[in-house]
Formats: sequence, structure tokens, C-alpha cells
Amino acid sequence: MSSDDGDLNVVAAEAGAADILADSLGDYVRMWWTRVRAGDSGALPVLIGLAVIVIYFQLRSSAFLSSGNLVNLMTQAAWIVALGMAEVWVLLLGEIDLSIGYSSVMGAVIAAWMVSPSENLPWWLAVLAALAVPAVFSGILGLLFTWLRAPSFVVTLGGMLMGQGLLLYLVNVAAPSSGGTIRLTSNVLNDIEGGSMSPVAGWIVMAVAVALGALFFIRRDARRRASGLAAPPAAVTGLKIVAMAVAGVVLVLISNTNRGAGLISVRGVPWVVLVITVMLIAWSMLLSRTRFGRYVYAVGGNPEAARRSGISLTRIRVLAFALCGLTAGVMGIIYASYLGSVSNDTNGGQNVLYAVAAAVIGGTSLFGGRGKMLGAVIGGLIVAVIYNGLYLLNLGPDAVNMWTAAVLLAAVAVDTLARRRNPSIGR
Amino acid sequence: MTAQTTTPGQPQELLRLAGIGKSFGPVQALHDIDLDLPVGQVTALLGDNGAGKSTLIKCISGIHAPDHGQMFWQGKQVHLHSPKEASDLGIATVYQDLALCDNLDIVANMFLGRELTKNWQLDEISMELAAKKTLQDLKVVTVRSIRQPVGSLSGGQRQSVAVARTVMQEAKLVILDEPTAALGVTQTQMVLDLITRLAQQNVAVLVISHNLSDAMAVADRIAVMYLGTMAAVGPKDQFDNQVIVDLMTTGTSSRMNLGGTSEQ
Repeated sequence: MSSDDGDLNVVAAEAGAADILADSLGDYVRMWWTRVRAGDSGALPVLIGLAVIVIYFQLRSSAFLSSGNLVNLMTQAAWIVALGMAEVWVLLLGEIDLSIGYSSVMGAVIAAWMVSPSENLPWWLAVLAALAVPAVFSGILGLLFTWLRAPSFVVTLGGMLMGQGLLLYLVNVAAPSSGGTIRLTSNVLNDIEGGSMSPVAGWIVMAVAVALGALFFIRRDARRRASGLAAPPAAVTGLKIVAMAVAGVVLVLISNTNRGAGLISVRGVPWVVLVITVMLIAWSMLLSRTRFGRYVYAVGGNPEAARRSGISLTRIRVLAFALCGLTAGVMGIIYASYLGSVSNDTNGGQNVLYAVAAAVIGGTSLFGGRGKMLGAVIGGLIVAVIYNGLYLLNLGPDAVNMWTAAVLLAAVAVDTLARRRNPSIGR
Repeated sequence: MTAQTTTPGQPQELLRLAGIGKSFGPVQALHDIDLDLPVGQVTALLGDNGAGKSTLIKCISGIHAPDHGQMFWQGKQVHLHSPKEASDLGIATVYQDLALCDNLDIVANMFLGRELTKNWQLDEISMELAAKKTLQDLKVVTVRSIRQPVGSLSGGQRQSVAVARTVMQEAKLVILDEPTAALGVTQTQMVLDLITRLAQQNVAVLVISHNLSDAMAVADRIAVMYLGTMAAVGPKDQFDNQVIVDLMTTGTSSRMNLGGTSEQ
């Protein structure tokens, strides 16, 4: 290249910099709006939806925002949130896994059997088994789906029926004369939903988590600026950190208020909140900061492009299905802990549909390639709020299902419209 | 004429095809094809439907193995059996469908499958800096932010990202399949400029096109195929539109100002 060309490029680089960088707040907002129109709106619109529903229920029933009910809500929401996060793994690929409603409970049966007095194995070994069983189960389904090139809906429908059969079988074997229910006898596992951190521990954990989160955002922005790249304006990052801190403080304040009846004082953040938070951070990091996570989005967005880039579709799909199963295993333990037992008449078919609803309400696209773990948490909370709020209003399952259906259809409509508006579709 | 200088011991052709033939059953798709692709030059490959353009680029990009003939890469004979072998050599093909992930941003698309990592984490800063530099070198400056999803880009911008991606992969030979099909006038000009700058970066470029005026605007050399044979290859100034149309439709042209082909 001649020196002439080199000079030209320097000039172009300086002229081009203004176009390529998005430095101002205005640009940031414009970019955000581009993403909203493409359906990738982030958490804000869903959070606003959640707030609207919460305000409605509080106006109808003053008990809704009581400390006791809110903590109750957290424990009710936990399993839906966990199963929703599981479903995000496969929805991102543009696939679905219907089997996890049952495979998760299969894992829980085995865990309950392992910690039962007759076996008396350590609780952590039981947890490993409860995670491994659904992970392997979904991994095999993922492999079958990849080999057969059959729709995942049908393959995992088979998995769902198989899971239901295996659940009936396992409960019969593990607890032969129990009437189809195996009790969870481990105190540690029961405390996930039933127990709480001490109030002081709750504050410390929250403070550490918020501080680490803030440090993470600030450091990331600082490093981008140091390299001459556009970073979100300080105001945006500041707002995020403040929102995180406020959410943490409110959560701990609510949980540390005495919710006991009568003389017994019950206070503290339920352990399950910590379990969900840790899983949320781990899975979000895996999705957004590793090659594997990038490939999950790539395969969901355009499998052919991913394949031509040298990405092994089989590997990514099987791993994502296995991670879906693993996450469902966490849900199985939470579910068993919530109920204190595992029953062979668990409605895994309905549970998994609630999970898909949670993920989609939280902004995960049914068409693949778009969605976040945080969305499943908020979506799961919305499903649980509807359930909890309507029961407070003495309305039964009929109303719960109709409301959930309405919210789900709204979410699907938003998803589909965003896809249709996207100018790149149909080109 | 063309401003190539040949340094001793270094062949100016990046890729030389000699007597390439390819049959699919009884159908002879390619017959005795000779073609040189020099570094730093744009070669336009023209031909009517069914002339064998696609088969030829599939042979070069490793999708089909030729039945006859030899391929020389930087003077050494090579046999390509898979697209991966071709891309390992430095041959990148941009097909018409571009193969971009609309849901990923420009940086992610440019590095797809070759992400930089640091401690198991994506090194977003290094990738963004490198992507930015490549786009600036190619003077692709119409995108607002390289962190916007590719799905929000125009057709010409998407083509630019796909081409920039091959530069990112340090391709030495870039094959573009109908890069200006389905683009408007402004966008076409943008892509043609991009192709010129790509060649300036010492990349050999092979452009497949139906569009004569685009090919004449961007090419240093013209290659015309007719029914699986190479009707003519040479520097652009040996051709005009009428000659090319003759060659594309009949395989010969009485009007061609040859005086011996430029090959040899």
C-alpha cells in the first residue's frame, strides 16, 4: 500500500470515528430504541408490566404488599422462575423442551430417596443426582433431536411422556407403600424454601452482591473508555446501580420484617432467593461473556451462518439442552423443598407450560436468538404474582389460568410484532 | 495497463487454475478451465445462467473437488477437499445470502467462530477495536454504531459487514457471489467502492456478477464463461460491453481486440 493510501485512511478514520462511535446519551437512547423495535427491549418494559400488576393487586387487597405475603410470593415464584430459566436455554436456540416438568421431579424423587432415613446419604450427593438426572435426560433428547432432525416439540413431547412414566415408576420403587408421595427428610433441602438467612446475614450478602455488581459495571465502562470505545453514559450506569441497590435494600427490608404469627418471630431472606440469584448471575455470565453463550445466540439467530462459521451445531444444541435439564434439576429441588415432598401426581405438563410462559413474558423470543435469564426471573415473578394475587382475592384456578393466558398472549403478540417489524426479516 | 510488479521468486498469481474440469454424472459442468487470480486485483467472473460460474467458485472454495486439472496456491499445487481446507488457506467466500446472524451485533458477526478470548471470557474490547479498525480501513463509515444488531442494517451495509468479515479472517482471496444483486444505486456504489478498497489491501478478489456495468466499473480483469468453458480472460481494456455480451451468449466475439490472449 502506498503512503498516499495510508494518509487517506487516517483521514477517513478520523472522519469515520464520529459515525461509528455512539458516545452521547442521545445516541445511547436511539440505540436502545432500535433494540426495542427489534424486540430486544431489555428488562424495563417487563418490569413496568410487573409494577402495574402489583399496583392493581395492592389496590384490590391491602394484604398483597404485606411482608408475609411478599416473602410467600418469593417462595411461590422460585420454582416457576427456575423452570423458566431452564426453558430460556432451549428457547434461545429456537427450540422447546417439554420434558423438564417431569424430568426435574424425577431428579427430586431420587434426591428425596437418597436422603431418606433408609438410605441416609449426604444432602449434597442427593443434590448432584437431582441435577444430573434431568441434565442427562434433556441432553439425550437434544442429541436425538439433532440426529433425527425432528422438531424438538415432538421429540421432547416423547420425553415428557417418558418422564411421566418414569416418575410413576420411581416413586413406586423409592416409596412402595406411601400412596405415591415421598417425603423430603433433609433439613438442609427443606430449608431452601422453608428457612431464612439471619437478618444480619441478609444485609451482608445483599451489600456484597450490590457492591460486586456496581464494581463490575464501573470497571467494564472504565476499561471501554480507556480503550477509546463508546461506553454507556455514566448516568445510565449510575441509574442501573442505584436501581440494583434499591431493589436489594427493599428485598432485605421486606424479608427482615417480622412475618411470624403471634409470639414466634420469623424474619430473614429465604435461602431460595440466594439460590436463584447465584444461578441468575452464573447463567447470565455464561450466556453473555463466553464463546459458548455467543454460539447459543448465533445458532438461534441463524443456524446456517453459525455452521458456516465452523460452529458445531450438534455440540451447542446438546449442551444447551443439557444445561436446560440441569437448571430444571435445580427447580426440582426447589419444588420438593417448597412442598416438603415429591408426589407422583405432579402436573409436570402444566408446570413446563408455566415455565415457557414465564420465559416468553420475560422477553425471550419463541423464534430463537433473543432473550435473557433476567427476563425469565421477572416473567416468573409476573406469573407468580397473578397466582398469588388472585388467590388473595379468593379467585380460583379458573381466574388464574385466564389471567396468565391473557398476559402470555400479550407477550407473544409483542414478540411476534417485533419480529415482523424487524426490517431484516423477509429480505 | 495493470501496475503489477513481480518480485523474483514470488509468483504474482495467488491462485492459478490449470485445466480444471468437473462433471456431475453425464453433465460436464466445467471443461478445461484456466484462470489466474493475481494479488491486489479484482477479477470479474461473468457468464449467463448455467455457464458454470457457481460450479467454478464451489471448486475454488472447496465445496466440490474438481475431476481434472490442477490448482496452484502461491505457486504450490493444492488439493481442496473441504471448505475448511480452503478457508485455512485464506480463501473466503461471501455467498448471496451473506450468512449473518441478524440478532448479533456487527462485532459479534465479524468475529463469529473466531472470537478472541481472555481467561475464558470474550475479549470484547480487543474485538471491537479490531472490528472498528477494519471497517475504517475499508471506509465503511455509514453505520451508526458497530454494536447495533446486523438485522437493523441496510442491504449494502450488511454486504459490507460480510466483506469486512473476510478481511477480519485475514483472507487472501475473497470470492463475492453477486454482491450487488438486490441493492439500490447508492448501495451498489458503496459495495463497489468497498471491493476496490479490498483489492488495495493486497487481497485477490473474484466477483461473480450478472451486471456488466458493475463488473466493468470495479474489475481489473474480466473472465467470461460460456457453457462450462472459459471463453476469454484478460485485462479489462481488452473488453467492451458488446464483446462481453457476444462472449456470454456465443462463446466467441469477432470484435474482440485480442492479439493473443493475455494469459500466456
